[in-house]
Amino acid sequence: MPETTTDTSSNGFEPRIVAFFCNWCTYLAADLAGTSRMKYAPNARVIRVMCSGRVDPQFVLEALANGADGVLIGGCHPGDCHYQEGNYKALRRFKLLQRMVADLGVEEERLRLEWISAAEADRVRVVMDEMTDQLRRLGPFRHEEAVMAIAAQQPQEVPV
Amino acid sequence: MSGPSLNGDTRIGVYVCHCGTNIAGPIDVEAVTEYAAGLPGVVVARAYKYMCSDPGQELITHDILEEGLDRVVVASCSPSLHEETFRRAVAKGGVNPYLFQMVNIREHGSWVHDDVEMATAKAKDLVRAGVARVRFHRPLEPRRVPVDGSAMVVGGGIAGIHAALTLANAGKHVYLVEREPTIGGHMAQFDKTFPTLDCAACILTPKMTQVRNHPNITLWTMAEVVEVDGFVGAYRVKVRHEPRFIIEDACVGCLECIDVCVFRNGKTPDEFNLGLSKRKPIYIPFPQAVPQVVVIDPEACIEFRAGCRKKTCVEVCADRNAIDFQQVATFDEVEVGTIVLATGFKTFDAGRIPYYGYGRYDNVYTALEVERLVNAAGPTTGEVVLRDGRTPQSVGIIHCVGSRDENTNTHCSRVCCMYSLKLAHLMKEKTGAEVYNFYIDMRTPGKGMEEFYNRVGSEGVHFIRGKVGDVYPEAGDTGRLVLQAEDTLLGRIRKIPVDMVVLATGIEPQSDAEDVRRLFNITCSAGGFFMERHPKLAPVSTFTDGVFLAGTCQGPRDIPDTVAQAGAAAAEALALIDAGSILLEPNTAFVSAEDCSGCKTCIGMCPYQAIAHIDGKAVINEVLCKGCGTCVAACPSGAIHQNLFDDDEIFEEILGVLIHA
Amino acid sequence: MTDKPKVAFYWCASCGGCEEAVVDLAEELLGVAAAVDIVFWPVALDFKRADVEAMEDGEILATFVNGAIRTTEQEEMVHLLRKKSKVLVAFGACAQLGGIPGLANLWDREAIFERAYLTSPTTENPAGTVPLTDYAANGHRIQLPGFYDTVMSLDQVTQVDYAVPGCAPTPNLIAAAVGALLSGDLPPLGTVLAPDVALCSECDRRDTKPEDLHITAFKRPHEIIADDETCLLAQGLLCLGPATRAGCGAQCIGANMPCTGCFGPTSRVHDQGAKAASAIASLVGADDPAEIERILDGIPDPIGTFYRYGLPHSLMVRRRQDTVETTA
Ligand SMILES: Cc1cc2nc3c(=O)[nH]c(=O)nc-3n(C[C@H](O)[C@H](O)[C@H](O)COP(=O)(O)OP(=O)(O)OC[C@H]3O[C@@H](n4cnc5c(N)ncnc54)[C@H](O)[C@@H]3O)c2cc1C
Ligand code: SF4
Ligand code: SF4
Ligand code: FES
Repeated sequence: MPETTTDTSSNGFEPRIVAFFCNWCTYLAADLAGTSRMKYAPNARVIRVMCSGRVDPQFVLEALANGADGVLIGGCHPGDCHYQEGNYKALRRFKLLQRMVADLGVEEERLRLEWISAAEADRVRVVMDEMTDQLRRLGPFRHEEAVMAIAAQQPQEVPV
Repeated sequence: MSGPSLNGDTRIGVYVCHCGTNIAGPIDVEAVTEYAAGLPGVVVARAYKYMCSDPGQELITHDILEEGLDRVVVASCSPSLHEETFRRAVAKGGVNPYLFQMVNIREHGSWVHDDVEMATAKAKDLVRAGVARVRFHRPLEPRRVPVDGSAMVVGGGIAGIHAALTLANAGKHVYLVEREPTIGGHMAQFDKTFPTLDCAACILTPKMTQVRNHPNITLWTMAEVVEVDGFVGAYRVKVRHEPRFIIEDACVGCLECIDVCVFRNGKTPDEFNLGLSKRKPIYIPFPQAVPQVVVIDPEACIEFRAGCRKKTCVEVCADRNAIDFQQVATFDEVEVGTIVLATGFKTFDAGRIPYYGYGRYDNVYTALEVERLVNAAGPTTGEVVLRDGRTPQSVGIIHCVGSRDENTNTHCSRVCCMYSLKLAHLMKEKTGAEVYNFYIDMRTPGKGMEEFYNRVGSEGVHFIRGKVGDVYPEAGDTGRLVLQAEDTLLGRIRKIPVDMVVLATGIEPQSDAEDVRRLFNITCSAGGFFMERHPKLAPVSTFTDGVFLAGTCQGPRDIPDTVAQAGAAAAEALALIDAGSILLEPNTAFVSAEDCSGCKTCIGMCPYQAIAHIDGKAVINEVLCKGCGTCVAACPSGAIHQNLFDDDEIFEEILGVLIHA
Repeated sequence: MTDKPKVAFYWCASCGGCEEAVVDLAEELLGVAAAVDIVFWPVALDFKRADVEAMEDGEILATFVNGAIRTTEQEEMVHLLRKKSKVLVAFGACAQLGGIPGLANLWDREAIFERAYLTSPTTENPAGTVPLTDYAANGHRIQLPGFYDTVMSLDQVTQVDYAVPGCAPTPNLIAAAVGALLSGDLPPLGTVLAPDVALCSECDRRDTKPEDLHITAFKRPHEIIADDETCLLAQGLLCLGPATRAGCGAQCIGANMPCTGCFGPTSRVHDQGAKAASAIASLVGADDPAEIERILDGIPDPIGTFYRYGLPHSLMVRRRQDTVETTA
């Protein structure tokens, strides 16, 4: 088991969120939340990409497969993408990915796509808090355990 | 595609910034540094008070030389602030500046979290990811693109005028695009300007004429930008010209056509006078309009409906032949290196606060209307005559209408206190009326402003600190209106009857600010004004390279500040043009030809048509690519790479934030 | 026994198609058979496990394992064969990626047993008998291999040296793989023995594919009669050729059927399903969320579509157990 720096053992579970924020809107909104000294849950780790259109569904699964309890994608509002339409590509991929992970037993709340403009610092705060809270209630995703377990899986003793 | 030294022999230096107590307060910087020192590939990890200071940067340069570092991670503020700074420090040490990763533990860390343990844990995760990622960085060269020598200024208010003149005087060609028939903007409507009370026309008109005559300025009025393509250095802008029904070059501005129009009197509310007077179908907005060219309003002119039998205007124009009823909209496309947006503001719609009675009671005016009323060139030639023909004996001026109010706009419009004082003075001067100013707070910062306040006070204007809660007709058909407010200094309700109410309506973003913003690919701040790149350090830049902001489109301000800002925007544009070229982030995408199957998935992804299918392979034109990475995520073969944001770098970062190395 | 190099074949959870593929080598097989000693091949030759156990470690030059790992026996056998072989080859999609049997990872053992032995419409089992690993009756004790919850690809249980992709691998690839083994001219360990470029590269319909494709309706093969010269994706058929390794000669496309992805992804892709989904979703011709959903409704089974051959080998491996609803 890889060790994690977020302590999940002590009182209450703290979810780990990987966030992909576009450079022009949501990342800046998060910067603004900082300059405005807003306070929000410290559970997300933001990875900067130039555009939400850069977010490959593989990134989302890679995160879930390696200990993330949820993945947040943040981009510019429809029509506002710095590159005109990258966020529409992100939206299409997200919709299909949502269907796929649902079939893999991943709860809806673990994946989130948000349009947050550079001015909407408060939205960053709200989304971070909301998602952390939802995931706290949902509990850990524990994919790593599930995968680790296959290597050592036990055949059945008495079936059914 | 892996980095040059992944065989365990990377020599990474990690620097964690205290930023005074900005970071070192909520984050245990020493613990993060110690943690970083133990990460694979890290040979130096240091904490320092201010990494962006000269000694901080020298630390990096020094360690590169002494410790043989080949990669650097700085954990400090947002990359939008200091990425360049640290890259330079890295380059100074002789390492390619892109073998550097910045980790944001201030804006995304210490400033937004209180829990030291959690914030520190997060900082460690982020540093770990930065270290993991930087190992995969490849040396890169910035892209250099040439900058076209001409500029476009959008909006011909005082901001646009000043920016255009500054650029033109420096020898640059400027396209000034104004959508009204004349330049001048709001300032052209004022009589006097606070705090010095100079006559607005006297200081504005010469500048307008200069614009008209400047060999380096192409002035397009009744024009709007409809399309913007390209990028910094080479924007391609498409401009739509509304038909004026006058051939601009042929019109000499004699205005005879207006006199002879079959309409003996104007029937159309005059826009420039805010409907306080009427104009004819053929008109000039105001006597000093630039260009001095009339305009025909096709809604009002009968030629466009039933047909005008006499066409006296055409007759009098004679062989100048300037009138052309057949004109249609035309388009121009120009290439410019940089763009200054100076689209100004609109005033708050007073009808949105019904209890002030605007539109219901004749003698309630907006400040802008009063500006026209007191103007010697206005509808009443400067005499203050009410709609009912009387001269006011008493005037109530309500400050902050549509400003500093949860229900309308929360921002302060910055100019209303001052122009209310100006109007109070002018009213007193012109009519000798008793003037009552109802204010929430008197805001008079800036040179000469407080002095002006004192002067107006000594002229006998009454100041009542309180927000007017109601405006209603006085009993007994006096024609007066009662202003009711709680005087918060006296602590009691005051009811003051006046002949005239003036609403100091606030400054709002233009109603089409949202469309303009999209057109130019910039952002708006929460209130809807255009957003600057940095509120303090890049106040006229935007996040779109080469697009600058001037004047009230960026936020409420007065004329002196507008002009200063316009000058700053022009200077930024000039710096860009004079550099001749600009360096761009090398974050472009490229196809690894041997890996490409020619499936064409990527081709339609690119908003800039940067990808072509050539001999069964996709090829990306680096000059056109802006580096969004959308094609990279789409390529089902993993054949496209993006500099600075390549798959391996991002995958490492994902693993890095999640798993202990 | 001669000094000819020794070769073994083994099958795990598979359909037998991979064995067919070997037999399909026809004349070429004879050449191979002449060049090597086949020391173990349960489907064709009568050697026993004990024969393998008796061999020296590394005595076998190469063992070709097809099929996914589903039972304890399969796992034991591949560990044994791994020990006895210099080179272990994952042969076919099931061994390489988990294959079609890997789709069982959408359920767990309990659900599978319930369905297979109790509730399926064709089951007649009033006593509710289900397989047990250990069963005693009439003084005899019967032991069956254990059945795992999760199907695994070969490389998830042991170290695999090469993979020959395909469901089933095509003769050209098999011949090339064998040739390389015998000549000793081998690529780096871990290589998939097929071109590392996607199928479009060898598809003769590629030129008919538009450069700006927008898919507004996904069609399934039974719903349309596809034009047999035009790119299938351009006709709305969900062809995974762009996201699948080449090497098969685009045989399915030749039969006017879309590629379903059996050759797996190129080496640069971490997760074939996610990457294919990314590419396909990118081509959806709508920006409006509701319209996107409507178009995506045309892909009724996204996992079965994008992970048809690779669920065990994907990043998610399986459906999460604790959220699996037991299907009746
Ligand atoms: C009632 C009132 C009184 C004031 N009195 C004073 C005073 O006494 N002293 C003082 O210092 N300040 C005063 N101000 C503030 C002053 O008006 C502003 O500071 C100044 O006018 C701002 O100039 P600007 O060029 O930014 O905007 P504007 O004057 O609004 O000019 C913008 C121009 O851009 C054009 N435009 C807009 N959109 C487009 C587009 N999409 N395409 C092309 N063109 C476009 C508009 O037609 C307009 O010509 C007063 C403000 C008000 C409301
Ligand atoms: S998407 Fe990838 S494989 Fe397809 S043409 Fe583009 S670069 Fe080549
Ligand atoms: S990254 Fe790709 S899609 Fe984006 S601009 Fe460059 S070539 Fe076009
Ligand atoms: S740049 Fe923000 S979503 Fe494209």
